[in-house]
Amino acid sequence: MSKQSINWYKYASPQTFYPLAGKMIPWFWLLAAIFGVAGLTAGFLLAPMDEQQGEGYRIIFLHVPASWMSMFIYLVMAFWAALGLAFNTRLSGMMASALAPTGALFAFLSLWTGALWGKPMWGTWWVWDARLTSELILLFLYIGFIALQAAIDDPRRADKAGAILALVGVVNIPIIYFSVKWWNTLHQGASVSLTRAPSMAAMMLWGMLLCALACWMYSIAVALMRVRTIMLERERHTEWVRALLGDTE
Amino acid sequence: MHWNSLAEFLAMGKHGLYVWGSVLVMAGVMLAEPMLIRRSRRRLVERLRRQYRAERSEARAVSPSSSSGSSA
Repeated sequence: MSKQSINWYKYASPQTFYPLAGKMIPWFWLLAAIFGVAGLTAGFLLAPMDEQQGEGYRIIFLHVPASWMSMFIYLVMAFWAALGLAFNTRLSGMMASALAPTGALFAFLSLWTGALWGKPMWGTWWVWDARLTSELILLFLYIGFIALQAAIDDPRRADKAGAILALVGVVNIPIIYFSVKWWNTLHQGASVSLTRAPSMAAMMLWGMLLCALACWMYSIAVALMRVRTIMLERERHTEWVRALLGDTE
Repeated sequence: MHWNSLAEFLAMGKHGLYVWGSVLVMAGVMLAEPMLIRRSRRRLVERLRRQYRAERSEARAVSPSSSSGSSA
């Protein structure tokens, strides 16, 4: 049994993970590019016009993937933060820190594309309704996490404080997701549901799913790039970083 | 293909400003983020290399007879 199981602790060490991440990054960029081109082609060139919203609905191919990623990255970040709190592994805190800025950018993009979609469809850039407000709170949670970590010099303590903030903030994710059901809101309901047949044309659905996959691959590539930089910074006193940067004597 | 001409594609049925405003900002952010990470990584590597060099020469100055002063 123990012979077959993967030794996760080995990959949890920055020294092993660093070169592995470096090898994976180009592949995730490649996948992001392929899915991105396919998704934008389906969404912007092939998909039909929407009967109610005209051509302006095409913002959906950016807005929905950005919104999904902003929520999903937060869950992954909170997962790593919890792992770090529970097991005190070095890699967990670095992963959480590497994900936060990307999540914040997707939350911003979700709000930005949402505003540009809201103006022509609802006649307003912004309303203080449940969906929009909870997404804005998500952006503030990301910014709070980044600021809190930046304010604490000792990385271990910064990880712990950030982890607690991240875990408390998790409660906001189901609020965002179900806000369109729980409250009366201007925002339309879920675009895709697992329980009922999709209400949109097949090409629209493909465009949206492919664009979401592209954002997914992008996020992994960027988070791996950032975690490698964080590893060098935090492990700068170790022999492996010295050897890696050519400091041999 | 849904469009008949490039002009029609760019106009997006009177919603061009909103659609292209979304596309440009999202593309800009997704290009800038990896570029900024690469830049900060390059700066960090330069800083660490300078730091290591300084530590080595300091170690040599302290113990000129020993040839491997930085291995501690």
